[in-house]
Amino acid sequence: MCLAVPGRLIAIDGKVGVLDFQGNQLRVSLAMTPEATIGAWLLVHAGMALQEVDPDEARQTWAYLQEMGVADVPAELA
Amino acid sequence: MSTPAERLATACAGRRVTLMEVCGTHTVSLFRSGVRGMLPPSLKLISGPGCPVCVTAQGYIDAALELAGRQGVTIATYGDMVRVPGRGGSLAEARARGADVLVVYSALDAVAWAAKHPERQVVFLAVGFETTTPATAQAVLDAEEQGLANFRVLTAHKLVVPAMLALLAGDGGDGLDGFLCPGHVSVVIGSEAYRPIVTRHGKACVVAGFEASSMVAGIERLCEMQRDGQPGLDNRYTVAVKPEGNPHAQALIDRVFESCDATWRAMGTIPGSGLRLRAAYRRFDAAVHYRLNTEVDDDPGACRCGEVIQGKVEPKECPLFGNGCTPTNPVGPCMVSSEGTCAAWFKYGR
Repeated sequence: MCLAVPGRLIAIDGKVGVLDFQGNQLRVSLAMTPEATIGAWLLVHAGMALQEVDPDEARQTWAYLQEMGVADVPAELA
Repeated sequence: MSTPAERLATACAGRRVTLMEVCGTHTVSLFRSGVRGMLPPSLKLISGPGCPVCVTAQGYIDAALELAGRQGVTIATYGDMVRVPGRGGSLAEARARGADVLVVYSALDAVAWAAKHPERQVVFLAVGFETTTPATAQAVLDAEEQGLANFRVLTAHKLVVPAMLALLAGDGGDGLDGFLCPGHVSVVIGSEAYRPIVTRHGKACVVAGFEASSMVAGIERLCEMQRDGQPGLDNRYTVAVKPEGNPHAQALIDRVFESCDATWRAMGTIPGSGLRLRAAYRRFDAAVHYRLNTEVDDDPGACRCGEVIQGKVEPKECPLFGNGCTPTNPVGPCMVSSEGTCAAWFKYGR
């Protein structure tokens, strides 16, 4: 239950961000990552962005999800 | 260039080392990534109380079931909770009998649903550790901002470090050399949160991510600390985890919640290990509104989940494991959640 997934911030609407997860776009609360700017990779859990991470970490987490058989590494990180 | 298995064997050097992975996501990842299969024979890795569904007291499940049976109530929950058996069946069974059980991805989705359905009384089942708690806090704030009178939370949020300390204060820490500490809980609480475990109990703590390389690095570091007789605190997930954690997340939790004593499945009441809504937000507390007692614990008969979550026994030592208790027909919570120790052992470790 405590696994966060990285998504890329593509739009900001007040305290809510639109994040792209391999083509799926979700609205996510930015209450805990108020400094995040467009293009940032954010670790997201239960609709909340927990932390900004660098692209390398985002790639590693997606690689892990691939290892777990859950998802593939996004093209922009591959 | 040595392989991960060789690195672990070198760090362990044939000594008996016993480590606990606290987090349920680590439990599953260690199996799936093959890291568990790489461990040298003298290194024992036991699972700890880090699966939120598994540590939730039976009374909470029963209270949720009781609510699900009430007219006009919609239960909103993370999927993990739906199949956990209570005394009167599970939420899945309640749904089959006509109860309104809504599976949500986030507490925020439950608030949005409540806003669209003012005729329903929505109760969100707020379980989980510090990774999950901020979403509940934000949900309560959103409900307040929107003036919703039909959204409440049944809280059983728990804190990781007090549980680890309680484990060590009992006999759970006997023979334990250190902890592989959770990745994404630590993003919120920070690696320094584990300092009391090192200073008070002399147990090593290393934070690791969920990728195989990060877990191997974490276990290797714990073995080195054991070898050197210097249990310390280290972070092998620095890309995401800072020493101080995320202050915005902590402030959000602190604004809405205050710590309280909490009942853990089979571990009893652990002082300061849970969170309850602050007085200013008490009107969102479903337990208060519906006068429910969630702090009762009453494990099903022969089930040994209570000992499993404390690392006292391995799943195969339970008489029900694979013998009346399977992921399809779970008796105890550790077999329900995909991150439960029994479910992981059933799937990968038999």
